[in-house]
Amino acid sequence: MTEPPQQHYLELSENPVQFEHASSVNNVFFDEANKQVFAVRSGGATGVVVKGPDDKSSVAFRMDDKGEVKCIKFSIGNKILAVQRTSKSVDFINFIPDYPHTEFSQECKTKNANVLGFCWTNWNEIVFITDQGIEFYQVFPDKRSLKLLKNQSINVNWYQYCPETAVILLSTTVQGNILQPFAFRNGTMSKMSKFEIELPVIPKPAKLSLSERDIAMATIYGQLYVMYLKHHSRTANSPSAEVVLYHLPREGACKKSHVLKLNTTGKFALNIVDNLVVVHHQSSQTSLIFDINLKEPDCAVNTHQPVLPARSIHPYRMPLAGPAVVPSQPPVPCQLYSSSWSVFQPDIIISASEGYLWYLQVKLHPTVNLLQDKGKLMDFLLRRRDCKMVILSVCSQILEGGVKGSLPVVATVFDKLNQVYKEYLEAEQSYTVAMESGPSRGSAAQKRPVRTQAVIDQSDMYTHVLSSFTERKEVSHKFVIAVLMEYIRSLNQHQITVQHYLYELVIKTLVQHNLFYMLHQFLQYHVLSDSKPLACLLLSLESTYPPAHQLSLDMLKRLSTANDEIVEVLLSKQQVLGALRFIRSVGGHDNVSARKFLDAARQTGDQMLFYTVFRSFQQRNQRLRGSPAFNPGENKPRIWFIFQMKPTIGGLKI
Amino acid sequence: MQQGKSRAGGAMQEKQYTPSLLSFFIYNPTFGPREGEEEKKILFYHPSDIEKNEKIRNVGLCEAIVQFTRTFCPTKPAKSLHTQKNRQFFFEPEDNFWIVMVVRNPMIEKPNKDGKPPTIEYQEEEILDTVYGAVVRQCYSMYKLFNGTFGRAMEAGGVELLTQKLEKFFYRYLQTLHLQSCDLLDVFGGISFFPLDKMTYLKIQSFVNRVEESLSLIKYTAFLYNDQLIWSGLEQDDMRILYKYLTTSLFPRHSEPELAGRDSPLRPEVAGNLLHYGRFLTGPTNLKDPEAKFRFPKIFVTAEDGYEELHLIVYKAMSAAACFMISASVELTRDFCEQLDGLVGPQLTLLASDICEQFTINRRISGPEKEPQFKFIYFNHMNLAEKSTIHMRKTASVCLTSVHPDLMKILGDINCDFARVDEDEEIIVKAMTDYWVVGKKSDQRELYVILNQKNANLIEVNEEVKRLCATQFNNIFFLD
Repeated sequence: MTEPPQQHYLELSENPVQFEHASSVNNVFFDEANKQVFAVRSGGATGVVVKGPDDKSSVAFRMDDKGEVKCIKFSIGNKILAVQRTSKSVDFINFIPDYPHTEFSQECKTKNANVLGFCWTNWNEIVFITDQGIEFYQVFPDKRSLKLLKNQSINVNWYQYCPETAVILLSTTVQGNILQPFAFRNGTMSKMSKFEIELPVIPKPAKLSLSERDIAMATIYGQLYVMYLKHHSRTANSPSAEVVLYHLPREGACKKSHVLKLNTTGKFALNIVDNLVVVHHQSSQTSLIFDINLKEPDCAVNTHQPVLPARSIHPYRMPLAGPAVVPSQPPVPCQLYSSSWSVFQPDIIISASEGYLWYLQVKLHPTVNLLQDKGKLMDFLLRRRDCKMVILSVCSQILEGGVKGSLPVVATVFDKLNQVYKEYLEAEQSYTVAMESGPSRGSAAQKRPVRTQAVIDQSDMYTHVLSSFTERKEVSHKFVIAVLMEYIRSLNQHQITVQHYLYELVIKTLVQHNLFYMLHQFLQYHVLSDSKPLACLLLSLESTYPPAHQLSLDMLKRLSTANDEIVEVLLSKQQVLGALRFIRSVGGHDNVSARKFLDAARQTGDQMLFYTVFRSFQQRNQRLRGSPAFNPGENKPRIWFIFQMKPTIGGLKI
Repeated sequence: MQQGKSRAGGAMQEKQYTPSLLSFFIYNPTFGPREGEEEKKILFYHPSDIEKNEKIRNVGLCEAIVQFTRTFCPTKPAKSLHTQKNRQFFFEPEDNFWIVMVVRNPMIEKPNKDGKPPTIEYQEEEILDTVYGAVVRQCYSMYKLFNGTFGRAMEAGGVELLTQKLEKFFYRYLQTLHLQSCDLLDVFGGISFFPLDKMTYLKIQSFVNRVEESLSLIKYTAFLYNDQLIWSGLEQDDMRILYKYLTTSLFPRHSEPELAGRDSPLRPEVAGNLLHYGRFLTGPTNLKDPEAKFRFPKIFVTAEDGYEELHLIVYKAMSAAACFMISASVELTRDFCEQLDGLVGPQLTLLASDICEQFTINRRISGPEKEPQFKFIYFNHMNLAEKSTIHMRKTASVCLTSVHPDLMKILGDINCDFARVDEDEEIIVKAMTDYWVVGKKSDQRELYVILNQKNANLIEVNEEVKRLCATQFNNIFFLD
């Protein structure tokens, strides 16, 4: 393969779980519920090594070899070990300290039934699935006994278990295509509505036609789905295979909800990673990914094409295992899509022959160049877990390109980001409101909304995208302003309050290119929302653009909380009378300090003006306190005394 | 142009004549300095049928007056000359180029008994220097908008080209001057802005940016709705004169046939399934016409290095008009126009209906408009924003006002007073006709209010104006 390495958007986890590979003396089992691999040597007599996703869940022990182990699983929390060695019974071993360790056994209740397998639904609750039904037991480890909680008779071909939702799916009827789900929760078992999988061909005579291998259960976007791998059939009119998703709601009927078009035939395996359906195709050694929430405009409703072109999983190299490894020996490439691979839900790939368990992961960076439609790319990225930095880098990339006609794309991307941002802000706000209104009526205690990585706020955009973008020399200022305005438009459209630093960025860019008239027009239409900092910024522009003074005063006036600032501005312009008239008009005359007015009046050097201002304050004092005298607290400059003395001197007729 | 107006008065009818244009000429004294070459000085003379020697005499007189008055104040040459019958306005827009406009004073013709010729009474003080001075300056600005400076024509083709250009331009332009309806608004030369909410404004921004980005030939864009400006990519002074041209000449020319029901703008053009109402106001009237010419008027605007010449494309959909300006060095093709039509037409149609909808919503919120007790003119020197409830909708032919000319004259007088000093001022006048006229100046803003409250006293008038300021201008800093 000569394709560039960054094209692989799927990879195997770097730290796989390693275990002793399967061999004639070593049987390997995998428990999907606890994600544990059991390596059982010689039926357990020479040791059972359990490896879990973390060290805590890893255990090693020995047990007596009482025959070939068919199935082995810990209950949740490694409390009780269940081992199935015969088709009639399951054996139990306590792993709780201080409890008797001797094995105990439970035979299935139904006569002549064969136990197909068992599933732990809790630390002490277990379900036996037999070919004639299911039996739900509670285990009493101290008494070394089980109690049947419930059972149900039904012919079972095979079963599947989804540990996340504790739902068991049974294949029934001769053809096997009627599926009966059961849900388990806290000692109760509930029968969910059964449903039928549409088979491509109805076999005659009837025989088992739905294979366990073609059905998988997984939760996608918080909903439980049954995925059916519908192979292409020459007789039916289906040129290529597809995956059909059946939505399995907690209550209500199961519905066929999505069809994923694979556009090829052959052997497939399914994984779910980050809410994406990954379909591995063995013969081409590639994988496809589908996002069921991504709307396909040119397809029938809920029919999906792969999000990205098919690519193989990123090449993986295995260090040579074993103690005899020579340090300098390079790791060997791992054979991907090997026939010895087993795939488990949601994201597990096991190579029993090599003793590896990997988690499948999606790498987002390579997807950026594979998906040309940036709107669709955003829709895709916004639903992924670790998307923030990738999204920000896509934003930078779109802006950098300077490709003609990229503004509509920029707008679409901003709108998509802000939609998610707004939804988060709204959730946050309604949470705050709910909290403030008191927990009394909060019977449905609201959960604090989780801020996912998809929430890209203004500070993220500013720090990672916009501030560096506006400084780029090679980008035309026209484009820079257009982009900033587009972002502000998008924020406004989503009723998000625009942060001051974005306005500052707009103003800075406009000022740098002497585009004062544009700035003036933006302010005229209140595109840059009023704020004290913005008004101050405008004031600072007055020397280069005189109208900024008026704009600033207007803004302060509209704020209606900035009367002191207005007075300061007017006084600094020596418009003492104007300041006085203003403070009177807003009713602040009584409380204002006379000093700054008198100082400003004195600085004009206009005696008449000073006198007028002085008298005005004397009159105020008279009205307020019955005397023209100033409060002793009001620190008067020396010149006041001169002024107060003057009439006296006149009276003396010197 | 001599509109006679009869005043009711039995058999003895008086006839009133409004101010009218007597002559308009442009000369350059340096072009014919020697005796006998005086005719060379004259670059343009209206009316053209005047005898050569009289033209020379009139030009000579102006030249002499300007020279003579210069001795008193070398930095400020004479601006106007008042005589009993007429008033002359002088303007030197470029070095040594003089534009002179002679306006006949308004007059009243009183018939006499016994077949004697009627007595004519000239009303020398009725017209304002500021108004007609502004008109002359506007004439030059309009010439410059379409032709560039006089100096540019001189450089390109000497006196011959300049006189050609002047002849071509002013021959038509002077016919559109309606001196009788000139008033304070001509002094301001303001721009009426369309009131709009932030979101719709941002949508327009977005539209303009997108069009400029995808049709990168476009250098500047201006956006108008209902003959009012919303966005200008041009600098303020250029926009001011372009706005004047659009609203007093181009738009009225095109709106009148629409109003008359001919040439319906409803053009069910199916372009990509999108019906749109876009059409070119300049350039081709019908894109489908194989004979269509893709020539657009050229305009001159200021640029960093002097001026730049641009094609002016005015494209309109319903009440929304977008002006696209493209460097004149580019030749515009059918291809480009079709591209523009296809891109802008649908978007502009959509925007126009958006704006209309938003505008109706806003009007509904602000409540039904009561007939106010007052009329006003507002002008802001800073952004040239102007608002008048005195003037009716402008048409191509006349600009109607809803108040008596005497009141307009008072407004003009107050404006002259304001111009004299820098300080904030307020003037309250009681007019002969029982109207109160109030002028307020605060920083760079001017407000003129006419109140129809016969029995109000000064204090009540003052209160009334305060109320008006609080309701109409509450979002600006306007000192009481």
